[in-house]
Amino acid sequence: MDLRFTDDELAFREEVRAFVKANLPASIRQKIYAGRHPGKEDMVSWTRLLNKKGWSVPHWPVEWGGTGWSPVRLLIFNDELQQASAPEPLAFGTSMVGPVIYTFGSDEQKKRFLPRIANLDDWWCQGFSEPGAGSDLAGLKTTAKRDGVDWVINGQKTWTTLGQYADWIFVLARTDASVKKQEGISFILVDMKSPGVTVRPIQTLDGGHEVNEVFFDNVRAPLENLVGQENKGWNYAKFLLGNERTGIARVGISKARLKRIRELASLQVYGAKPKIEDPLFRLRLAAVEVELKALEMTQLRVIAGERNREKGKPDPVSSVLKIKGSEIQQATSELLMDVVGPYALPYESEREDGDRWNEPPVGPEWAATIAPAYFNTRKVSIYGGSNEIQRGIIAKAILGL
Amino acid sequence: MNFDLSEEQQLLKDSVTRLLADRYGFEDRKAFQKSPEGWSRDLWRQYAEVGLLGVAFAEADGGYGGGPVETMLILEAFGKALVLEPYLATVVLAGGVLRRGGSEEQRAAIVPQIAAGEITLAFAHTERQSGFDLFDVGATARKDGAAFVLNGEKGLVLNGDSADRLIVSARSAGARRDRGGIGLFLVDAKAEGVARRGYPTQDGMRAAEITLTDVRVEPQNAIGEPEGALALIERVVDEAIAATSAEAVGAMSEALEMTVDYLKTRKQFGVPIGSFQALQHRASDMVVALEQARSMMMLATMMSAEENAGERRKAISAAKVQIGRSARFIGQQSIQLHGGIGMTMEYKLGHLFKRLTMIDIAFGDADYHLERLSQGEGLIG
Repeated sequence: MDLRFTDDELAFREEVRAFVKANLPASIRQKIYAGRHPGKEDMVSWTRLLNKKGWSVPHWPVEWGGTGWSPVRLLIFNDELQQASAPEPLAFGTSMVGPVIYTFGSDEQKKRFLPRIANLDDWWCQGFSEPGAGSDLAGLKTTAKRDGVDWVINGQKTWTTLGQYADWIFVLARTDASVKKQEGISFILVDMKSPGVTVRPIQTLDGGHEVNEVFFDNVRAPLENLVGQENKGWNYAKFLLGNERTGIARVGISKARLKRIRELASLQVYGAKPKIEDPLFRLRLAAVEVELKALEMTQLRVIAGERNREKGKPDPVSSVLKIKGSEIQQATSELLMDVVGPYALPYESEREDGDRWNEPPVGPEWAATIAPAYFNTRKVSIYGGSNEIQRGIIAKAILGL
Repeated sequence: MNFDLSEEQQLLKDSVTRLLADRYGFEDRKAFQKSPEGWSRDLWRQYAEVGLLGVAFAEADGGYGGGPVETMLILEAFGKALVLEPYLATVVLAGGVLRRGGSEEQRAAIVPQIAAGEITLAFAHTERQSGFDLFDVGATARKDGAAFVLNGEKGLVLNGDSADRLIVSARSAGARRDRGGIGLFLVDAKAEGVARRGYPTQDGMRAAEITLTDVRVEPQNAIGEPEGALALIERVVDEAIAATSAEAVGAMSEALEMTVDYLKTRKQFGVPIGSFQALQHRASDMVVALEQARSMMMLATMMSAEENAGERRKAISAAKVQIGRSARFIGQQSIQLHGGIGMTMEYKLGHLFKRLTMIDIAFGDADYHLERLSQGEGLIG
């Protein structure tokens, strides 16, 4: 047992750090550090920079643009990018549909889609949740029926994150209504420009436009856009959600948040002393740091255990990462609320690209994003399988209850 | 980075687990507890035979050259079985003082006896008023020629009633709460002027209040600098925190295992109670608490060997906070999920809960360590 990083791993961390420092535009870094959303252009340009270096999909198989890095290196890479306030990769492509395509897709699908995902030429979004199918995802009602050389898709998807920019959507649709609900679902790729696709924005609590409703009205997709086998889509969805959970601890993001909390809390904003000198605040900060340190170690344990596990089979301990990771993200968003204090109040609407309007800020320059981020961060214990769903997974898969 | 055990470590783990499975059922433990010393001499000899008592010491001193990982493996197994023998007192605390601060002569004289299971030791440091402050030492060591004369009172000395030797902290200079001026002395437990009052503890172990009246210590029995032992004490206590973290993780995992078994077998309303979601989610939260604790046990184990005292203390304090919080949560929930049977003295579960409660208090509770962490520049960076 040796929990230190090896010299090679430390050198690798330096290499990543130096690359990000030299290549990530300051304007993007500052925007993300300040808690604003990167715009589409920011994400595209950063992904292409990474792709040029061969780093945009490091976890993929080498033949499709991956790096062949060990799980520990992948962790270091993600941690460094998150801590440096780089835009996160568009997970719907790189961590969701990409792995589904290279694991279960046809050769044509791999050749056609994977390089375009790696370069963010195609913007993907996720067509899973429906108004009546949230935690009970398998209860989805959107249908796909064969008609000549096409699927004809009807139904409604919701919570479609960043669907307003999307070129493609991967859809779970019911292709057999006569069997058990998990056994009649297929995984189909749909061009968002197809006639009959309508995207309608949903504004969230923070005032932002992240999620959408997507309507399918007799939308046609060629039969060859089915991934894997017909009616096996539920297996691919489970595979995909398992991938989602390992990344969901977001330790690097929480580390960057804690750094920002300490920085802002050191400013003299109200009263006689900076917030950081308040002993109660310091205790709460330290308590979150302990949780995060433990989570970081737990994540390392899960990653180190990967090589002893059947390939592609998620570790149920990743549910622990999801629960703790989301709780910590929420706790850091609350600490920021404590730091900003009364000047959390003014509301400043944000433009879609995350840049601010030209009016001067009300109150401290950094204050406007903090309450929206707190409101927005409530989502992290809901998406990706709510924390209650995760507890159910632990009870069944780990404890056998 | 790897979390794997070496072949020797795996063998050690297997042999401790096997020995305890054979010899340390909960009914056995009850019998050991009733003996006058409160633990089993027979098992102590077995530990010596398997090599547990010498593993933490250097081969040159008569040990087997193990490190913190070996201690972790042993204590985790001990925690599951609720072992009563004075391992923490003898090998981790007193043994740690000798290992880190003893002279070559002192180690040569004592370590082989510890490894062979011939003597037990206790660490007489805490006093009535000191709370969790390791520097708060009122006992005195007055110089008398080259020798020292000890006076004062030591409290909560783990296994101090049965120990053959004591390692006593006493002040040869400075005021009661000064960091400087503290020395450590090796004292025969039966020496003139040593009075011991032994008693059982809440968690089924034994401790003693010890009064020192003009106890004479020859110069060769002073350990390290007689006025500068605090750093050594802090270091050894850090190691003890890492060791008890492992003991706590063992006890927590046993409590969780017992609870899950109970949820699967206990029937109410015609079904196993583990089919109820409210109970499933509680058990799942126990898994989360245990995994977080296990992670911090590993961090504490690794960092207990760190030479940079600031870095070491930070990690140890963080681990102590996590262990304390997880131990309280898992202890309380496991009783709740068992219902009435969890409240009885005859059933093992409540004893795990009691040991976990006392591990939180030992060497600074979660709040104490959190407060200490909060004064620094942060854990993450």
